[in-house]
Amino acid sequence: MLSDLLNYLQYPFVRYALIVGVLIALSSSLLGVTLVLKRFSFIGDGLSHVAFGAIAIASVMNLSNNMIIVLPVTVICAIILLAAGRRARVKGDAAIAMISVSALALGYLIMNIFSTSANLAGDVCSTLFGSTRMITLSTSEVVLCIVVSLVVVALFVVFYNRIFAVTFDENFARTAGTNAGLYNVIIAVIIATIIVLAMNLVGSLLISALVIFPALSAMRVYKSFRQVTVCAAVLSVCCTLAGMLISIPAGTPVGPTIVAADILMYAVFVVAGKLTESRS
Amino acid sequence: MSGEIILTCKDLTLGYENITLAEGVSFTVSEGEYWCITGENGTGKTTLMKTILGLTKPLAGNVEWNGTAAGTGIGYLPQQTDVQRDFPASVYEVVLSGCQGRLGMRPFYNRSDRDLALLNMKRMGIDDISKRCYRELSGGQQQRALLARALCATGKVLVLDEPVAALDPKATEEMYELITSLNKEDGITIIMVTHDPEAPSRYATHELRFGQEVTTHVI
Ligand SMILES: Nc1ncnc2c1ncn2[C@@H]1O[C@H](COP(=O)(O)OP(=O)(O)OP(=O)(O)O)[C@@H](O)[C@H]1O
Ligand SMILES: [Mg+2]
Repeated sequence: MLSDLLNYLQYPFVRYALIVGVLIALSSSLLGVTLVLKRFSFIGDGLSHVAFGAIAIASVMNLSNNMIIVLPVTVICAIILLAAGRRARVKGDAAIAMISVSALALGYLIMNIFSTSANLAGDVCSTLFGSTRMITLSTSEVVLCIVVSLVVVALFVVFYNRIFAVTFDENFARTAGTNAGLYNVIIAVIIATIIVLAMNLVGSLLISALVIFPALSAMRVYKSFRQVTVCAAVLSVCCTLAGMLISIPAGTPVGPTIVAADILMYAVFVVAGKLTESRS
Repeated sequence: MSGEIILTCKDLTLGYENITLAEGVSFTVSEGEYWCITGENGTGKTTLMKTILGLTKPLAGNVEWNGTAAGTGIGYLPQQTDVQRDFPASVYEVVLSGCQGRLGMRPFYNRSDRDLALLNMKRMGIDDISKRCYRELSGGQQQRALLARALCATGKVLVLDEPVAALDPKATEEMYELITSLNKEDGITIIMVTHDPEAPSRYATHELRFGQEVTTHVI
Protein backbone atom coordinates (compact mmCIF):
# COMPACT_ATOMS: atom_id res chain seq x y z
CA MET A 1 0.00 0.00 0.00
CA LEU A 2 2.87 2.34 0.82
CA SER A 3 4.54 1.60 -2.49
CA ASP A 4 1.20 2.24 -4.14
CA LEU A 5 1.15 5.66 -2.53
CA LEU A 6 4.69 6.47 -3.58
CA ASN A 7 3.71 5.39 -7.04
CA TYR A 8 0.86 7.88 -7.07
CA LEU A 9 3.09 10.67 -5.80
CA GLN A 10 5.12 10.43 -8.98
CA TYR A 11 2.27 12.00 -10.89
CA PRO A 12 2.46 15.78 -10.92
CA PHE A 13 -1.33 16.18 -10.72
CA VAL A 14 -1.39 14.19 -7.49
CA ARG A 15 1.36 16.35 -6.03
CA TYR A 16 -0.46 19.52 -7.10
CA ALA A 17 -3.67 18.20 -5.58
CA LEU A 18 -1.89 17.55 -2.29
CA ILE A 19 -0.30 21.01 -2.22
CA VAL A 20 -3.60 22.69 -3.03
CA GLY A 21 -5.38 20.51 -0.47
CA VAL A 22 -2.96 21.43 2.30
CA LEU A 23 -3.19 25.15 1.55
CA ILE A 24 -6.98 25.09 1.38
CA ALA A 25 -7.17 23.13 4.62
CA LEU A 26 -4.86 25.62 6.30
CA SER A 27 -6.77 28.71 5.22
CA SER A 28 -10.20 27.23 5.83
CA SER A 29 -9.46 26.32 9.43
CA LEU A 30 -8.35 29.81 10.46
CA LEU A 31 -11.73 31.46 10.77
CA GLY A 32 -13.51 28.48 12.32
CA VAL A 33 -13.66 29.98 15.80
CA THR A 34 -14.93 33.31 14.51
CA LEU A 35 -17.51 31.57 12.38
CA VAL A 36 -18.83 29.50 15.26
CA LEU A 37 -18.83 32.24 17.89
CA LYS A 38 -20.02 35.13 15.80
CA ARG A 39 -23.04 33.09 14.70
CA PHE A 40 -21.75 33.29 11.15
CA SER A 41 -22.03 29.53 10.59
CA PHE A 42 -25.43 30.07 9.06
CA ILE A 43 -23.98 32.59 6.61
CA GLY A 44 -21.26 30.09 5.77
CA ASP A 45 -23.85 27.47 4.93
CA GLY A 46 -25.89 29.93 2.86
CA LEU A 47 -22.82 31.04 0.97
CA SER A 48 -21.84 27.51 0.05
CA HIS A 49 -25.20 27.16 -1.70
CA VAL A 50 -24.66 30.45 -3.48
CA ALA A 51 -21.30 29.12 -4.61
CA PHE A 52 -23.07 26.03 -5.95
CA GLY A 53 -25.39 28.21 -8.01
CA ALA A 54 -22.44 30.21 -9.32
CA ILE A 55 -20.61 27.02 -10.24
CA ALA A 56 -23.65 25.83 -12.16
CA ILE A 57 -23.62 29.02 -14.21
CA ALA A 58 -19.87 28.85 -14.69
CA SER A 59 -19.93 25.24 -15.82
CA VAL A 60 -22.70 25.96 -18.31
CA MET A 61 -20.60 28.78 -19.71
CA ASN A 62 -17.78 26.27 -20.18
CA LEU A 63 -15.11 28.38 -18.52
CA SER A 64 -11.69 26.93 -18.03
CA ASN A 65 -11.49 28.50 -14.59
CA ASN A 66 -14.71 28.46 -12.55
CA MET A 67 -13.31 30.51 -9.71
CA ILE A 68 -13.21 33.66 -11.84
CA ILE A 69 -17.01 33.80 -11.64
CA VAL A 70 -17.67 31.98 -8.39
CA LEU A 71 -15.33 34.05 -6.23
CA PRO A 72 -16.75 37.52 -6.93
CA VAL A 73 -20.37 36.34 -6.81
CA THR A 74 -19.86 34.67 -3.44
CA VAL A 75 -17.94 37.62 -1.98
CA ILE A 76 -20.67 40.05 -3.03
CA CYS A 77 -23.36 37.81 -1.54
CA ALA A 78 -21.37 37.59 1.69
CA ILE A 79 -21.34 41.36 2.01
CA ILE A 80 -25.07 41.61 1.23
CA LEU A 81 -25.97 38.87 3.71
CA LEU A 82 -23.84 40.46 6.40
CA ALA A 83 -25.53 43.81 5.91
CA ALA A 84 -28.97 42.16 5.92
CA GLY A 85 -28.19 40.17 9.05
CA ARG A 86 -27.00 43.32 10.79
CA ARG A 87 -30.13 45.32 10.18
CA ALA A 88 -32.63 42.84 11.54
CA ARG A 89 -31.81 39.46 13.01
CA VAL A 90 -34.94 37.55 12.09
CA LYS A 91 -35.27 39.05 8.64
CA GLY A 92 -31.54 38.47 8.11
CA ASP A 93 -31.89 34.76 8.83
CA ALA A 94 -34.86 34.53 6.48
CA ALA A 95 -32.89 36.38 3.79
CA ILE A 96 -30.02 33.91 4.09
CA ALA A 97 -32.37 30.94 3.88
CA MET A 98 -34.09 32.44 0.84
CA ILE A 99 -30.91 33.24 -1.04
CA SER A 100 -29.33 29.89 -0.29
CA VAL A 101 -32.25 27.67 -1.32
CA SER A 102 -32.89 29.81 -4.39
CA ALA A 103 -29.27 29.46 -5.47
CA LEU A 104 -29.41 25.71 -4.92
CA ALA A 105 -32.65 25.24 -6.87
CA LEU A 106 -31.78 27.60 -9.74
CA GLY A 107 -28.26 26.18 -9.94
CA TYR A 108 -29.56 22.66 -10.43
CA LEU A 109 -32.22 23.89 -12.84
CA ILE A 110 -29.66 25.71 -14.98
CA MET A 111 -27.37 22.69 -15.04
CA ASN A 112 -30.29 20.50 -15.98
CA ILE A 113 -31.51 22.70 -18.83
CA PHE A 114 -28.26 23.88 -20.37
CA SER A 115 -25.70 21.24 -19.55
CA THR A 116 -24.32 19.29 -22.48
CA SER A 117 -22.63 16.80 -20.21
CA ALA A 118 -23.57 13.16 -20.59
CA ASN A 119 -23.27 12.53 -16.88
CA LEU A 120 -25.37 15.28 -15.30
CA ALA A 121 -26.09 13.45 -12.04
CA GLY A 122 -22.38 12.80 -11.64
CA ASP A 123 -21.54 16.46 -12.23
CA VAL A 124 -24.09 17.64 -9.68
CA CYS A 125 -22.95 15.07 -7.17
CA SER A 126 -19.32 16.09 -7.49
CA THR A 127 -20.22 19.77 -7.10
CA LEU A 128 -22.10 18.94 -3.93
CA PHE A 129 -19.75 16.39 -2.37
CA GLY A 130 -16.45 16.98 -4.15
CA SER A 131 -15.01 14.89 -6.94
CA THR A 132 -15.26 11.17 -6.57
CA ARG A 133 -11.62 10.60 -7.46
CA MET A 134 -8.54 12.71 -6.85
CA ILE A 135 -9.35 16.40 -7.28
CA THR A 136 -8.53 17.41 -10.80
CA LEU A 137 -7.81 21.05 -11.39
CA SER A 138 -6.52 22.87 -14.43
CA THR A 139 -3.10 24.52 -14.09
CA SER A 140 -4.65 27.96 -13.87
CA GLU A 141 -6.98 26.75 -11.10
CA VAL A 142 -4.05 25.28 -9.19
CA VAL A 143 -2.17 28.58 -9.42
CA LEU A 144 -5.24 30.60 -8.42
CA CYS A 145 -5.94 28.29 -5.47
CA ILE A 146 -2.39 28.62 -4.21
CA VAL A 147 -2.32 32.40 -4.58
CA VAL A 148 -5.74 32.92 -3.01
CA SER A 149 -5.07 30.65 -0.05
CA LEU A 150 -1.76 32.36 0.63
CA VAL A 151 -3.53 35.75 0.50
CA VAL A 152 -6.17 34.48 2.96
CA VAL A 153 -3.49 33.27 5.38
CA ALA A 154 -1.61 36.58 5.07
CA LEU A 155 -4.78 38.62 5.67
CA PHE A 156 -5.60 36.52 8.68
CA VAL A 157 -2.14 37.01 10.19
CA VAL A 158 -2.13 40.76 9.56
CA PHE A 159 -5.63 41.24 11.00
CA TYR A 160 -5.29 38.57 13.70
CA ASN A 161 -5.51 41.00 16.63
CA ARG A 162 -8.42 42.91 15.12
CA ILE A 163 -10.31 39.74 14.27
CA PHE A 164 -9.84 38.60 17.85
CA ALA A 165 -11.03 41.95 19.21
CA VAL A 166 -14.09 42.19 16.98
CA THR A 167 -15.08 38.57 17.56
CA PHE A 168 -14.59 38.64 21.31
CA ASP A 169 -16.38 41.90 22.00
CA GLU A 170 -17.56 44.06 19.16
CA ASN A 171 -18.91 46.88 21.34
CA PHE A 172 -15.68 47.23 23.25
CA ALA A 173 -13.76 47.23 19.99
CA ARG A 174 -15.91 50.10 18.75
CA THR A 175 -15.35 52.14 21.90
CA ALA A 176 -11.61 51.55 21.59
CA GLY A 177 -11.69 53.12 18.14
CA THR A 178 -11.55 49.93 16.06
CA ASN A 179 -13.58 50.18 12.87
CA ALA A 180 -15.70 47.10 13.63
CA GLY A 181 -17.89 47.52 10.55
CA LEU A 182 -14.86 47.39 8.28
CA TYR A 183 -13.45 44.31 10.00
CA ASN A 184 -16.81 42.55 9.81
CA VAL A 185 -16.73 43.09 6.06
CA ILE A 186 -13.15 41.82 5.92
CA ILE A 187 -14.15 38.73 7.91
CA ALA A 188 -17.11 38.13 5.59
CA VAL A 189 -14.92 38.48 2.50
CA ILE A 190 -12.36 36.06 3.93
CA ILE A 191 -15.12 33.58 4.78
CA ALA A 192 -16.57 33.81 1.27
CA THR A 193 -13.13 33.28 -0.23
CA ILE A 194 -12.48 30.28 2.00
CA ILE A 195 -15.81 28.77 1.00
CA VAL A 196 -15.01 29.06 -2.69
CA LEU A 197 -11.60 27.53 -2.10
CA ALA A 198 -12.90 24.72 0.07
CA MET A 199 -15.52 23.89 -2.50
CA ASN A 200 -12.77 22.57 -4.76
CA LEU A 201 -11.73 20.18 -2.07
CA VAL A 202 -14.89 18.84 -0.45
CA GLY A 203 -17.81 20.11 -2.54
CA SER A 204 -20.36 22.67 -1.46
CA LEU A 205 -22.39 20.63 1.03
CA LEU A 206 -19.42 19.63 3.17
CA ILE A 207 -17.69 23.00 3.43
CA SER A 208 -19.04 23.81 6.87
CA ALA A 209 -17.52 20.61 8.17
CA LEU A 210 -14.09 21.51 6.83
CA VAL A 211 -14.28 25.00 8.30
CA ILE A 212 -15.86 24.26 11.67
CA PHE A 213 -14.70 20.80 12.81
CA PRO A 214 -11.00 21.62 13.37
CA ALA A 215 -11.93 24.71 15.41
CA LEU A 216 -14.51 22.81 17.48
CA SER A 217 -12.01 20.02 18.12
CA ALA A 218 -9.27 22.44 19.17
CA MET A 219 -11.67 24.29 21.47
CA ARG A 220 -12.24 21.05 23.38
CA VAL A 221 -8.64 20.92 24.55
CA TYR A 222 -7.03 24.35 24.22
CA LYS A 223 -8.00 27.47 26.11
CA SER A 224 -6.46 30.47 24.41
CA PHE A 225 -7.36 31.94 21.04
CA ARG A 226 -3.82 31.53 19.73
CA GLN A 227 -3.53 27.89 20.81
CA VAL A 228 -6.94 27.08 19.37
CA THR A 229 -6.09 28.77 16.07
CA VAL A 230 -2.74 27.00 15.71
CA CYS A 231 -4.16 23.64 16.76
CA ALA A 232 -7.10 23.97 14.36
CA ALA A 233 -4.74 24.79 11.50
CA VAL A 234 -2.45 21.82 12.21
CA LEU A 235 -5.41 19.50 12.70
CA SER A 236 -7.08 20.62 9.51
CA VAL A 237 -3.93 20.11 7.45
CA CYS A 238 -3.31 16.66 8.97
CA CYS A 239 -6.89 15.47 8.47
CA THR A 240 -6.94 16.72 4.90
CA LEU A 241 -3.62 15.06 4.05
CA ALA A 242 -4.76 11.84 5.69
CA GLY A 243 -8.10 11.97 3.93
CA MET A 244 -6.54 12.59 0.54
CA LEU A 245 -3.85 9.92 0.95
CA ILE A 246 -6.35 7.33 2.16
CA SER A 247 -8.83 8.10 -0.57
CA ILE A 248 -6.34 7.30 -3.34
CA PRO A 249 -5.66 3.63 -2.56
CA ALA A 250 -9.07 3.07 -0.96
CA GLY A 251 -10.86 4.54 -3.96
CA THR A 252 -13.20 6.56 -1.76
CA PRO A 253 -14.51 10.05 -2.64
CA VAL A 254 -12.02 12.68 -1.41
CA GLY A 255 -14.33 15.17 0.32
CA PRO A 256 -16.25 12.75 2.51
CA THR A 257 -13.02 10.93 3.42
CA ILE A 258 -11.48 14.18 4.65
CA VAL A 259 -14.61 15.06 6.59
CA ALA A 260 -14.67 11.57 8.10
CA ALA A 261 -11.10 12.15 9.31
CA ASP A 262 -12.23 15.50 10.80
CA ILE A 263 -15.12 13.80 12.60
CA LEU A 264 -12.84 11.09 13.94
CA MET A 265 -10.40 13.68 15.29
CA TYR A 266 -13.30 15.57 16.85
CA ALA A 267 -14.23 12.45 18.77
CA VAL A 268 -10.60 12.02 19.86
CA PHE A 269 -10.44 15.63 21.05
CA VAL A 270 -13.71 15.33 22.95
CA VAL A 271 -12.24 12.41 24.88
CA ALA A 272 -8.90 14.21 25.34
CA GLY A 273 -10.74 17.28 26.60
CA LYS A 274 -12.67 15.20 29.14
CA LEU A 275 -9.44 13.55 30.33
CA THR A 276 -7.52 16.80 30.82
CA GLU A 277 -10.52 18.30 32.59
CA SER A 278 -10.86 15.47 35.08
CA ARG A 279 -7.10 15.53 35.71
CA SER A 280 -6.94 19.20 36.62
CA MET B 1 -12.04 68.63 43.55
CA SER B 2 -13.55 68.88 40.09
CA GLY B 3 -11.17 69.53 37.25
CA GLU B 4 -11.95 70.35 33.67
CA ILE B 5 -15.24 69.26 32.10
CA ILE B 6 -14.75 66.09 30.08
CA LEU B 7 -18.26 65.05 29.08
CA THR B 8 -21.27 67.16 28.26
CA CYS B 9 -24.68 65.61 27.48
CA LYS B 10 -27.27 68.08 26.29
CA ASP B 11 -31.01 67.35 26.13
CA LEU B 12 -30.56 63.71 25.22
CA THR B 13 -33.54 61.66 24.17
CA LEU B 14 -32.64 58.02 24.74
CA GLY B 15 -34.26 55.11 22.98
CA TYR B 16 -34.49 53.02 19.84
CA GLU B 17 -36.51 53.24 16.64
CA ASN B 18 -39.78 52.30 18.27
CA ILE B 19 -39.38 53.23 21.93
CA THR B 20 -38.37 56.36 23.79
CA LEU B 21 -36.83 55.60 27.17
CA ALA B 22 -35.99 59.04 28.57
CA GLU B 23 -36.15 62.64 27.44
CA GLY B 24 -34.28 65.80 28.35
CA VAL B 25 -31.26 64.11 29.92
CA SER B 26 -28.60 66.76 30.55
CA PHE B 27 -25.50 66.53 32.68
CA THR B 28 -21.81 67.33 32.67
CA VAL B 29 -19.04 65.18 34.06
CA SER B 30 -15.77 66.74 35.20
CA GLU B 31 -12.41 65.12 35.70
CA GLY B 32 -12.07 63.10 38.89
CA GLU B 33 -15.80 62.71 39.54
CA TYR B 34 -17.50 59.44 40.42
CA TRP B 35 -20.96 59.04 38.93
CA CYS B 36 -23.45 56.32 39.82
CA ILE B 37 -26.27 55.61 37.39
CA THR B 38 -29.20 53.90 39.11
CA GLY B 39 -32.74 52.84 38.21
CA GLU B 40 -34.87 49.77 37.68
CA ASN B 41 -34.33 47.10 35.03
CA GLY B 42 -35.14 48.22 31.52
CA THR B 43 -35.24 51.93 32.27
CA GLY B 44 -32.37 52.71 29.91
CA LYS B 45 -29.14 52.71 31.92
CA THR B 46 -27.25 50.56 29.47
CA THR B 47 -28.74 52.59 26.65
CA LEU B 48 -27.35 55.76 28.24
CA MET B 49 -23.91 54.15 28.52
CA LYS B 50 -24.02 53.07 24.89
CA THR B 51 -25.16 56.49 23.85
CA ILE B 52 -22.33 58.33 25.56
CA LEU B 53 -19.90 55.81 24.07
CA GLY B 54 -21.28 56.39 20.59
CA LEU B 55 -22.51 52.80 20.16
CA THR B 56 -26.13 53.95 19.93
CA LYS B 57 -27.25 57.23 18.42
CA PRO B 58 -29.41 59.44 20.65
CA LEU B 59 -32.87 60.16 19.21
CA ALA B 60 -32.20 63.82 19.96
CA GLY B 61 -29.60 65.95 21.69
CA ASN B 62 -25.87 65.48 21.66
CA VAL B 63 -22.93 63.99 23.50
CA GLU B 64 -19.62 65.78 23.57
CA TRP B 65 -16.29 64.62 24.94
CA ASN B 66 -13.84 67.39 25.70
CA GLY B 67 -10.18 67.88 26.30
CA THR B 68 -7.81 65.05 27.07
CA ALA B 69 -10.45 62.33 27.36
CA ALA B 70 -11.46 62.77 23.73
CA GLY B 71 -7.96 61.81 22.58
CA THR B 72 -6.86 59.13 25.02
CA GLY B 73 -9.86 56.83 24.76
CA ILE B 74 -12.46 55.56 27.18
CA GLY B 75 -12.33 52.34 29.15
CA TYR B 76 -15.59 50.43 28.83
CA LEU B 77 -16.73 47.51 30.92
CA PRO B 78 -19.88 46.18 29.26
CA GLN B 79 -22.68 44.13 30.73
CA GLN B 80 -21.67 40.58 29.71
CA THR B 81 -22.46 39.68 26.10
CA ASP B 82 -23.38 36.22 24.83
CA VAL B 83 -20.37 35.71 22.63
CA GLN B 84 -17.87 35.79 25.46
CA ARG B 85 -19.42 32.87 27.31
CA ASP B 86 -17.77 30.17 25.21
CA PHE B 87 -14.97 32.10 23.63
CA PRO B 88 -11.58 30.40 23.92
CA ALA B 89 -9.34 33.21 25.12
CA SER B 90 -6.78 33.45 27.88
CA VAL B 91 -7.02 36.22 30.45
CA TYR B 92 -3.88 37.75 29.00
CA GLU B 93 -5.33 37.83 25.48
CA VAL B 94 -8.49 39.49 26.76
CA VAL B 95 -6.60 42.14 28.72
CA LEU B 96 -4.17 42.77 25.87
CA SER B 97 -7.09 43.43 23.52
CA GLY B 98 -7.68 46.57 25.60
CA CYS B 99 -4.60 47.97 23.87
CA GLN B 100 -6.21 47.78 20.42
CA GLY B 101 -6.78 51.54 20.38
CA ARG B 102 -3.02 52.03 20.67
CA LEU B 103 -2.30 49.88 17.61
CA GLY B 104 -2.94 52.59 15.06
CA MET B 105 -1.75 51.16 11.76
CA ARG B 106 0.41 48.48 13.39
CA PRO B 107 -0.80 44.90 12.94
CA PHE B 108 0.75 43.53 16.14
CA TYR B 109 1.09 44.57 19.78
CA ASN B 110 4.54 45.77 20.80
CA ARG B 111 6.55 45.64 23.98
CA SER B 112 4.91 48.63 25.65
CA ASP B 113 1.42 47.28 24.91
CA ARG B 114 2.34 43.96 26.51
CA ASP B 115 3.88 45.72 29.50
CA LEU B 116 0.74 47.80 29.95
CA ALA B 117 -1.39 44.64 29.92
CA LEU B 118 0.87 43.02 32.54
CA LEU B 119 0.80 46.15 34.69
CA ASN B 120 -2.99 46.31 34.66
CA MET B 121 -3.30 42.59 35.44
CA LYS B 122 -1.08 43.20 38.49
CA ARG B 123 -3.21 46.19 39.46
CA MET B 124 -6.32 44.00 39.39
CA GLY B 125 -4.55 41.10 41.12
CA ILE B 126 -5.03 38.66 38.26
CA ASP B 127 -1.45 38.34 37.01
CA ASP B 128 -1.20 34.84 38.50
CA ILE B 129 -4.10 33.59 36.37
CA SER B 130 -3.05 35.26 33.13
CA LYS B 131 -2.80 31.93 31.28
CA ARG B 132 -6.17 30.62 32.45
CA CYS B 133 -9.13 30.46 30.10
CA TYR B 134 -11.40 33.48 30.47
CA ARG B 135 -14.63 31.47 30.29
CA GLU B 136 -13.55 29.17 33.12
CA LEU B 137 -12.99 31.98 35.60
CA SER B 138 -15.38 32.90 38.39
CA GLY B 139 -17.64 35.89 37.84
CA GLY B 140 -15.46 38.06 40.04
CA GLN B 141 -12.27 37.12 38.20
CA GLN B 142 -13.95 37.75 34.86
CA GLN B 143 -14.99 41.23 35.95
CA ARG B 144 -11.43 41.96 37.06
CA ALA B 145 -10.12 40.81 33.70
CA LEU B 146 -12.58 43.08 31.90
CA LEU B 147 -11.67 45.96 34.19
CA ALA B 148 -7.98 45.41 33.46
CA ARG B 149 -8.84 45.47 29.76
CA ALA B 150 -10.74 48.73 30.20
CA LEU B 151 -7.76 50.21 32.02
CA CYS B 152 -5.51 49.35 29.07
CA ALA B 153 -7.78 51.46 26.91
CA THR B 154 -7.70 54.56 29.08
CA GLY B 155 -5.89 56.50 31.74
CA LYS B 156 -8.76 58.92 32.25
CA VAL B 157 -12.33 57.66 32.13
CA LEU B 158 -13.98 54.35 32.95
CA VAL B 159 -17.54 53.59 31.90
CA LEU B 160 -18.69 50.58 33.92
CA ASP B 161 -21.99 48.80 33.28
CA GLU B 162 -22.94 46.82 36.41
CA PRO B 163 -19.41 45.78 37.40
CA VAL B 164 -20.70 43.94 40.49
CA ALA B 165 -23.62 42.06 38.95
CA ALA B 166 -23.40 38.37 39.91
CA LEU B 167 -20.66 38.93 42.50
CA ASP B 168 -20.97 37.71 46.09
CA PRO B 169 -20.88 40.32 48.90
CA LYS B 170 -17.15 39.90 49.51
CA ALA B 171 -16.20 40.15 45.85
CA THR B 172 -18.60 43.08 45.48
CA GLU B 173 -16.86 44.87 48.32
CA GLU B 174 -13.44 44.21 46.77
CA MET B 175 -14.59 45.41 43.39
CA TYR B 176 -15.95 48.65 44.83
CA GLU B 177 -12.68 49.18 46.69
CA LEU B 178 -10.70 48.67 43.51
CA ILE B 179 -12.86 51.15 41.63
CA THR B 180 -12.69 53.67 44.47
CA SER B 181 -8.91 53.47 44.60
CA LEU B 182 -8.72 53.98 40.84
CA ASN B 183 -10.84 57.08 41.33
CA LYS B 184 -9.09 58.45 44.42
CA GLU B 185 -5.48 57.46 43.80
CA ASP B 186 -5.21 57.49 40.03
CA GLY B 187 -7.69 60.29 39.45
CA ILE B 188 -9.70 58.25 36.95
CA THR B 189 -13.21 59.53 36.32
CA ILE B 190 -15.83 56.83 36.93
CA ILE B 191 -19.27 56.52 35.35
CA MET B 192 -20.85 53.39 36.79
CA VAL B 193 -24.24 51.69 36.46
CA THR B 194 -25.27 49.88 39.61
CA HIS B 195 -28.32 48.34 41.27
CA ASP B 196 -26.79 48.61 44.72
CA PRO B 197 -28.89 51.20 46.63
CA GLU B 198 -25.99 52.01 48.96
CA ALA B 199 -23.31 52.49 46.36
CA PRO B 200 -24.10 56.12 45.46
CA SER B 201 -23.95 57.41 49.04
CA ARG B 202 -20.92 55.32 49.94
CA TYR B 203 -18.71 55.93 46.95
CA ALA B 204 -20.03 58.41 44.44
CA THR B 205 -19.77 62.16 44.06
CA HIS B 206 -22.82 62.32 41.79
CA GLU B 207 -25.88 60.21 41.11
CA LEU B 208 -28.04 60.03 38.01
CA ARG B 209 -31.30 58.23 38.71
CA PHE B 210 -33.73 56.82 36.16
CA GLY B 211 -37.26 57.09 37.56
CA GLN B 212 -40.38 58.80 36.31
CA GLU B 213 -37.91 61.26 34.94
CA VAL B 214 -34.15 61.33 34.99
CA THR B 215 -32.71 63.27 37.92
CA THR B 216 -29.17 64.12 38.93
CA HIS B 217 -27.88 64.75 42.46
CA VAL B 218 -24.60 65.90 43.89
CA ILE B 219 -23.64 63.77 46.86
N1 LIG C 1 -31.03 47.33 20.45
C1 LIG C 1 -32.25 47.58 20.97
N2 LIG C 1 -33.29 47.83 20.16
C2 LIG C 1 -34.52 48.10 20.68
N3 LIG C 1 -34.80 48.13 21.99
C3 LIG C 1 -33.80 47.89 22.85
C4 LIG C 1 -32.47 47.60 22.40
N4 LIG C 1 -31.67 47.40 23.47
C5 LIG C 1 -32.47 47.56 24.56
N5 LIG C 1 -33.73 47.85 24.19
C6 LIG C 1 -34.86 48.11 25.11
O1 LIG C 1 -34.61 49.31 25.79
C7 LIG C 1 -35.02 49.20 27.14
C8 LIG C 1 -33.91 49.61 28.07
O2 LIG C 1 -32.81 48.72 27.95
P1 LIG C 1 -31.48 48.92 28.76
O3 LIG C 1 -30.60 47.77 28.42
O4 LIG C 1 -30.96 50.28 28.52
O5 LIG C 1 -31.99 48.80 30.27
P2 LIG C 1 -31.16 48.81 31.61
O6 LIG C 1 -31.62 49.99 32.39
O7 LIG C 1 -29.70 48.71 31.34
O8 LIG C 1 -31.67 47.49 32.32
P3 LIG C 1 -30.87 46.42 33.22
O9 LIG C 1 -30.88 46.96 34.61
O10 LIG C 1 -31.71 45.18 33.13
O11 LIG C 1 -29.50 46.25 32.64
C9 LIG C 1 -35.51 47.78 27.34
O12 LIG C 1 -36.92 47.80 27.34
C10 LIG C 1 -34.99 47.03 26.15
O13 LIG C 1 -35.90 46.04 25.77
MG1 LIG D 1 -28.21 47.30 31.61
